[in-house]
Amino acid sequence: MIDYSKVLNPTVTEIKPSGIRKFFDIAATMDDVISLGVGEPDFQTPWSIRKAGIDSLQSGRTKYTSNGGIIELRREVSRYLNRKYNIEYEPEKEILITVGGSEAIDACVRAVVSAGDEVIIPQPSYVCYEPITALAGGVPVIIETKAEDGFKLTAEQLRAAITPKTKLLILPYPCNPTGAIMEKEDLEKIAEVLRDTNIIVLSDEIYSELTFGGKPHVSIASVDGMWERTVTVNGFSKSFSMTGWRLGFACGPRDIMSQITKIHQFAIMCAPTTSQFAAIEALKNCDEDVKNMMEEYNQRRRLMVSGFNKIGLVCREPKGAFYAFPSIESTGMSSEEFCEKLLYTKNVAVVPGTAFGKGGEGFIRASYCYSVEHIREAIRRIGEFVKEI
Amino acid sequence: MKNELLKLLSRNARYTVEELADMMGKSEEDVKNEMKALEKEGIIRGYKAVIDWEKLDAAYVSAIVELNVVPKADLGFEEVARRIMAFHEVESVYLMSGVYDLNVVVKGKTLQDVARFVARELATIDSVTSTTTHFVMRRYKEMDVELCPEKIDDRGQFWL
Repeated sequence: MIDYSKVLNPTVTEIKPSGIRKFFDIAATMDDVISLGVGEPDFQTPWSIRKAGIDSLQSGRTKYTSNGGIIELRREVSRYLNRKYNIEYEPEKEILITVGGSEAIDACVRAVVSAGDEVIIPQPSYVCYEPITALAGGVPVIIETKAEDGFKLTAEQLRAAITPKTKLLILPYPCNPTGAIMEKEDLEKIAEVLRDTNIIVLSDEIYSELTFGGKPHVSIASVDGMWERTVTVNGFSKSFSMTGWRLGFACGPRDIMSQITKIHQFAIMCAPTTSQFAAIEALKNCDEDVKNMMEEYNQRRRLMVSGFNKIGLVCREPKGAFYAFPSIESTGMSSEEFCEKLLYTKNVAVVPGTAFGKGGEGFIRASYCYSVEHIREAIRRIGEFVKEI
Repeated sequence: MKNELLKLLSRNARYTVEELADMMGKSEEDVKNEMKALEKEGIIRGYKAVIDWEKLDAAYVSAIVELNVVPKADLGFEEVARRIMAFHEVESVYLMSGVYDLNVVVKGKTLQDVARFVARELATIDSVTSTTTHFVMRRYKEMDVELCPEKIDDRGQFWL
């Protein structure tokens, strides 16, 4: 009998599995669970995008594309980033089409981080950054962003976390799960700290289209002195409701991009061909669809935030992504306790804030990528739960 | 605010004033006033539930009747349209471009009821020169609401 513990890479086996695995499992066995737990849009991929994908299959476009991605798509990405966020990337050498933003993040970390390098990760944030850093041999350095700062990363916190070993800063804004965004002034303060260093920024902007309250997204690469040290990651999953299509992109200075492309070339070959053709259509013709989705998200956002505040769970207004992050401090329970009891007594599933970092204690994450009726019912039940405590 | 309110109400006329106010980021007072104004101006004409009668075993048949009409000198199709509109069996009346003039949706308890109505009340109108009746076999989508099948959310419960 093989002893598998001797055969597997300890770096991998030591990575802790997602803390809320048990919730997945319990909820899956229950009937009639109203969930506010998912992190993907409920909207269908706009028809014209699906049609472009179907057409490409019917015309037999089923072969590998060039490693970097279909050049027409890279040109559209370049145009898109320019007109939306005022950043310039040359299509051939500075843009790479990847398998979702996920691959872009992983390949970037692998290209930049060597064994022992420190990677600064603000939390609460998406759960992949720590494990991906560990897999690359890096050392995660967590910064606990604070509710009173609106969960933004501050220059003071950044300065205090930088050591001679710091190689990379991961900047995930708009942020899952807090819904926080970094505005121009916030990014300028971060830029001030980084300009004279050799620290690279991995800016995960996957929720860039989802910003509300009249605050358009600002890419840190557009701030003075930051373009040369930033890898901008974005994709199609959230903006265009294309989660299953697995398509994203990484952009940056060519010296960095050529190395990221090298990893991509050996590990992936190319992103899915069908998805690439569909994405060209998305960038060319779907502004209207995106606008309509954003309008609906915005209505739901307002409804959810107001709903939580009305039932006594203080919820600051999230300005980005599609999550509300209300505080459950008033109940005196821990996040996990709250979520477990809520699931068992009211069949409502929300994600404990601790799933995203220690700083998430005392919070829960609720997604508003659900219909108004669904959100309304979920909040009603949570309201009952809070009253009965 | 007008357009956003109209979009929301056409999606679901049962949103409460509180919900509408929350979703639009406006006060309940503003929402109430805007709704009243839109009703007064005749922009909002009614609030109706979309019902799948077939699920009830209730007697419900509807037909689309295409009418050809000789228009009156000064009034055009107005007079006929208004006369047809007045029947409670008539659900909708549209003036159409193309091969025929008026599209009338008629509802009744049975096929015979509808056929009788068309023969007695519509075909007999002076200026109506012909009627063609098409019975609705199955309703798939009405007023932007899908009647069948049910939408499945295949996203599961959680995702990080």
